[in-house]
Amino acid sequence: MSSAARLSLFQAAFVVARRDFVAVLFSRAFFFFLLGPLFPVIVGAMAGSVGVRVAQADHTAIGVAMAPADSTALIAARERLAPRLGNMLPPLAALDAATTDPAAELARPGTQFTAIVGGTLREPVLIGPADSIERWQGPVSLLAAEGLQRGERAFPPVTLSPVATSEAKENTGRIRTAQGAQTLLFLLTMLLAGMVLSNLVEEKGNKVIEILAAAIPMDAVFLGKLFAMLGVSLVGIAVWGAFGAGLFALAGQSLPALPAPAVGWPLFVVLGVAYFAMAYLLLGSIFLAIGAMAATVRDVQTLSMPVTMMQLVVFFFAGYALSQPGSAVEMAAIAFPLSSPFAMIARAAREPELWPHLAALAWQAVAVGLFVRTGANMFRRRVMKSAGPRRGLRTLLAQAFARLRAAGDSVHP
Amino acid sequence: MELGEQFPRSNTQRPLAIEARGLVKRFGNTLAVDGVDLAVPEGAIYGILGPNGAGKTTTLRMLLGIIDPDAGVRRVFGHDRPHEIARLIGYLPEERGLYPAMKAVEAIAFMGALRGLPLHEGRTRGRELLERHGLGHAADKQIRHLSKGMAQTVQLLGSLVHRPRLAVFDEPFSGLDALNQGKLERMIRGLADEGTTVIFSTHVIAHAERLCEGIAIVAGGKVPFAGDVDVARDRIPPQVRLETRMADGPWRQALPADARHEAKAGGGTFWSFSLPPSGVEPLLRALIEGNAGILSLSIERAGLHDAFVAIAGEAAARALESDSGEGDAR
Repeated sequence: MSSAARLSLFQAAFVVARRDFVAVLFSRAFFFFLLGPLFPVIVGAMAGSVGVRVAQADHTAIGVAMAPADSTALIAARERLAPRLGNMLPPLAALDAATTDPAAELARPGTQFTAIVGGTLREPVLIGPADSIERWQGPVSLLAAEGLQRGERAFPPVTLSPVATSEAKENTGRIRTAQGAQTLLFLLTMLLAGMVLSNLVEEKGNKVIEILAAAIPMDAVFLGKLFAMLGVSLVGIAVWGAFGAGLFALAGQSLPALPAPAVGWPLFVVLGVAYFAMAYLLLGSIFLAIGAMAATVRDVQTLSMPVTMMQLVVFFFAGYALSQPGSAVEMAAIAFPLSSPFAMIARAAREPELWPHLAALAWQAVAVGLFVRTGANMFRRRVMKSAGPRRGLRTLLAQAFARLRAAGDSVHP
Repeated sequence: MELGEQFPRSNTQRPLAIEARGLVKRFGNTLAVDGVDLAVPEGAIYGILGPNGAGKTTTLRMLLGIIDPDAGVRRVFGHDRPHEIARLIGYLPEERGLYPAMKAVEAIAFMGALRGLPLHEGRTRGRELLERHGLGHAADKQIRHLSKGMAQTVQLLGSLVHRPRLAVFDEPFSGLDALNQGKLERMIRGLADEGTTVIFSTHVIAHAERLCEGIAIVAGGKVPFAGDVDVARDRIPPQVRLETRMADGPWRQALPADARHEAKAGGGTFWSFSLPPSGVEPLLRALIEGNAGILSLSIERAGLHDAFVAIAGEAAARALESDSGEGDAR
């Protein structure tokens, strides 16, 4: 046994965290927790598959109902331009101008045409629904012009001279990375931090709280519970990440290429984990305190909606700050503890300096400590009914006034 | 002011495990504890005796630092912040609480770990304790699969696994059958023999009377008496029970004026009265010289129940009896 007469705050928190972590990890519910996010992925994959089939069944060809010479020239023009313009040009299919009634063909069930071009190369007429013909007006005009050239126009070769990037492209790309990271951070925090809401209900229900409160400070109970749930969340993220990477590997695909963040990918990932942990601990400490005040599971469920709204507001604030780099809004988002991790991960994508991250992480850690202390004190006062002698501002002011009055009385008896 | 100045050293010269003075606790408009003073010597078995709602649990919770008093001071082994010496204290709360999915041995080890005992050591000791108390077979069973009495024993063992110097039990006998109550009494005596201070609350006078060296009687949030059980009993003079062959005579002048009497069916009379301050000898002399015909004479020291009635009042005694059942209370 340790020679100290009590555990330190962190040792006590570790005892609580270890119990909670093991209890959650080896529960049946944790298996379903791991499966939870896979359902939206499966549903998304199914919806995507249906979308692809719909897209494959999407008939976007344009029928060419011109005189045979014009028709051949137009289709040849498309073949020449397609390697240069790709999907900007519609597929073309020749129709017999003499026998084709464009309106009837477009109305025919099973038709592959979204529009039909008639007339001549000099005066093409595009027939079809308004949105289709407006869409294809430009490309058809281009094809008609190329058809009139009869292949006599030469396309000069363009020599490519690549540079690493352009500043404009880099900035745009990094903003995309920042937005992606913010969104991922928000989704993970929203998915996982809510679990903390009901964390103390078990202890209150089975009266274990009395044993904990007698043995260790309430701050340690709160801190332990928070870190246990953070650990559970990180295990979940690791499992989902490994599963996702495995799926991509099996499918032979690489991850979508996001522009490299300003601090580089390895450090960005490290900062991402650190900011996720901070966002989780900050929101979690508030949720834990709110949940601890709730008397029943029903109360906790009722509280979850406003809590989710609060998360959304914080996310939108950080997102808005991303569009105002260097402004007071961004500084406010960085300084406000709840939005700070989201604002800082975005900053890591855009700015290469590291010291602001160290400062922000330190500030966020201090805020976690303050939130935990406040939550634990509220719990002691409101739930454990351990108010003790009040030493609030009002009491201090009242005592100060009393002293002043007494001093005044002694001067003017 | 230093606490030492507020607490004069006990007459016995034994160091105090617990000292409390003027403890006050209010919940809203209810004054739960109103100026409680306590002094529990190290190594003692000490009972907090009173009916439900008297303030026993609130007093214990303040002593343990679970809640802070609104006024007053408390000191455990000389520390005014009990959490700082959590390793020295074991606590069994009134409302039993264990994680239902935990195995019995893990629950014991966890409770030890909260008090600074390494987990592996807690598991080893937990198995030993369970074996010693006839629950070895339940060591790896989840708490939810144990009977209420078994779970209660597991929690009790969890409060002792780190070998505390002070064991605080809140209503430890409630919910236990007579057999397990006897086991618990033996366990408490064993702890005291090893030098552990034991303080427990109860509303059953018999337990306090059998076990305690000192008691605090709690009623209505106040402590009208705190001290040795013998001193409490001495608050009431011993009761004399006399049986005489004769119903009257000059010897009757020697009996106290408030002596109660009752005719015996087969002849003779029963007398009962408090032992006069002058003692029994002058009375005996008068009875013999007056030929009262003494058939029997007994002097009984007052029981703790009578002392409780005298100290806390009839109302508190009735509440105590209704909480515990009259038979148990006596």
